[in-house]
Amino acid sequence: MSTSLASQDTGQDTGSVRVTRHLPRFAALGLFVAGVVIGALLTLPSGFSIALTVVYGVVLGTLAVHLVSRSVEGRRKATDRLVTTVVTSAFAIAMVPLVSLIYTVLDNGLGRLDSTFFNSSMLGVIGEGGGAYHAILGTVIITALTALISVPVGMLTAIYLVEYGSGRLRRAITFLVDVMTGIPSIVAGLFAYALFAIFFGTGIRLGIMGAVALSVLMIPVVVRSAEEVLKLVPNELREASYALGVPKWRTVLKVVIPTSIAGLGTGVTLAVARVIGETAPLLVTVGIVTGTNLNPFDGRMATLPVFSYYQLTQPGFPPEFGIDRAWTAALVLIILVMALNVVARLISRLFAPKTGR
Amino acid sequence: MTTTSAPPATPRTKRRVGDRVFAGSATGAGILILIVLAGVAIFLITEAWPAITADSADLPDGKSLASYVAPLIFGTLLAAVIALLVATPLGVAIALYISYYAPKRLAAAMGYVIDLLAAIPSVVYGFWGIAALAPAMVPFYGWAAEHLGWIPFFAGPPSTTGKTMLTAGLVLAVMILPIISAISREVFGQAPALHREAALALGATRWEMIRMAVIPYGKSGVIAGAMLGLGRALGETLAVAIVLSASGGITFNLISSSNPATIAANIALQFPESTGLAVNALIASGLALFVITLAVNVFARWIVTRRAEFSGAN
Repeated sequence: MSTSLASQDTGQDTGSVRVTRHLPRFAALGLFVAGVVIGALLTLPSGFSIALTVVYGVVLGTLAVHLVSRSVEGRRKATDRLVTTVVTSAFAIAMVPLVSLIYTVLDNGLGRLDSTFFNSSMLGVIGEGGGAYHAILGTVIITALTALISVPVGMLTAIYLVEYGSGRLRRAITFLVDVMTGIPSIVAGLFAYALFAIFFGTGIRLGIMGAVALSVLMIPVVVRSAEEVLKLVPNELREASYALGVPKWRTVLKVVIPTSIAGLGTGVTLAVARVIGETAPLLVTVGIVTGTNLNPFDGRMATLPVFSYYQLTQPGFPPEFGIDRAWTAALVLIILVMALNVVARLISRLFAPKTGR
Repeated sequence: MTTTSAPPATPRTKRRVGDRVFAGSATGAGILILIVLAGVAIFLITEAWPAITADSADLPDGKSLASYVAPLIFGTLLAAVIALLVATPLGVAIALYISYYAPKRLAAAMGYVIDLLAAIPSVVYGFWGIAALAPAMVPFYGWAAEHLGWIPFFAGPPSTTGKTMLTAGLVLAVMILPIISAISREVFGQAPALHREAALALGATRWEMIRMAVIPYGKSGVIAGAMLGLGRALGETLAVAIVLSASGGITFNLISSSNPATIAANIALQFPESTGLAVNALIASGLALFVITLAVNVFARWIVTRRAEFSGAN
């Protein structure tokens, strides 16, 4: 294919006749595939290996495309083709671990995705059976508490930043919210532990501590997204409301927030999706138990991420059952996060303000 | 920016109660954020103080706090730098591919998938690292120790489980890949269409267009994205705790089974079983992590705001 050259006479410059030559449309792809095939053949003597094939193939294929293009199309086109193959290969290589991750979790997790997993706790379970009933409830309770703390604080802060704030305080809060976004999750956990340890003594573990730790992570996310959304509300709406003599707080409550409710809902849902899978802060603040504890103010609780972590690292004997439970818990976590993302999309679709435009 | 500032309130002789309450609570929430952040620093320092002032004999391993934390800081930085070196080029390539190479219809879907991947919990990445990546890397480690052993990074002896610093760095790279590519994609998408079209109209190839119109515009955005990714990689806990076989000490050897731990992973592994002064020492290491990530994030924000000031976008 590469030998059939389509040449056409275009642009005739002063004096010299310039001939622009192109490779046929699928030549680049064909050359690349040829490079990969040669790469595969090269690995055969030392035993076939997929990784080596990919390495050889990408290098040889890229080189082939570049050299042929260079001899036919010239340097500039060749560079362009080189970058195209490099970028595309890099993209393909980057997708490999991501696809592999989804596959691994599905492969290992689907086995125990049964009713027992959702109906029983780990109380008295050694070996087979058992489930994450207690952990799922714990995650729901702690996440709900987190949202209960973070959503009002985050929303009010966003309202302050957009509607009331001015000057140095506003700049300081914006900056600190940015900084807070970057707090490592384990540090948030240590903060909650340190806070409660001062009042209740060392070694304390409570569900509410986990909620406090997660709030430190969730509040900045809520503030950021709510701020962006509130900024989008047109000023004309506010001014129309003021012109009717409506006080500012009622304007915010009855005009600004209803207009932006879809965006606010989406932001909160995505923030919940972010904290629901956090493991590290819960590990140091909430711990783990085998039984069901639904009271976040009394002792340790089980949560899905921590449950999953401990089932993998301390699976008990025989280990395969614990490891299976760990994978299923990880799968449930991914499904939860994905579901929340879909819900967020739906919210922004369904509750979008109905404009006449 | 025109829609951000609320119009000046009409001068009013008497402010309503509702207004005062509402404004007060909004301001209060804003100030609460200041307090929380100050609280994080203060409570961490309070709980770390016993370890900072303690006699070195009382600390875990009977070493001074500095020699306890130093390998941890080294491990944290090493893992994060590996992650950054691997993830930045790939993240930029993903962003370029989605923005300028992929078929338009496919591009939106791929962008959405990448965003979803950013939301996968870190513990799941750890699971994948130990179950899929680490075993897959073992043959490479053997090969590297044999052929590249003269490079200090690959001195060996190679790990037989794959639980090495390089594996941990690669898992972190996969984790921060969506972040870097999302932010890069955003800034690449904002490159002025007129510049791009002008470049193409002058006969530039696609790569020349990207090099002349897109990269200069998006460079600081990419750097900021990489810094945010670095911040996340520094603080990442469980993925490293699961994947890395840590034994302490400072070494540049990336493929052996004795590696320095990272701060976050060390806390996650030691904290549940620790009591007394050991807890304080762990919190002191957490304080160090807090300071490091704070510096990285402030630097990233500084780049972002500097770009916002100089770019013509707003």
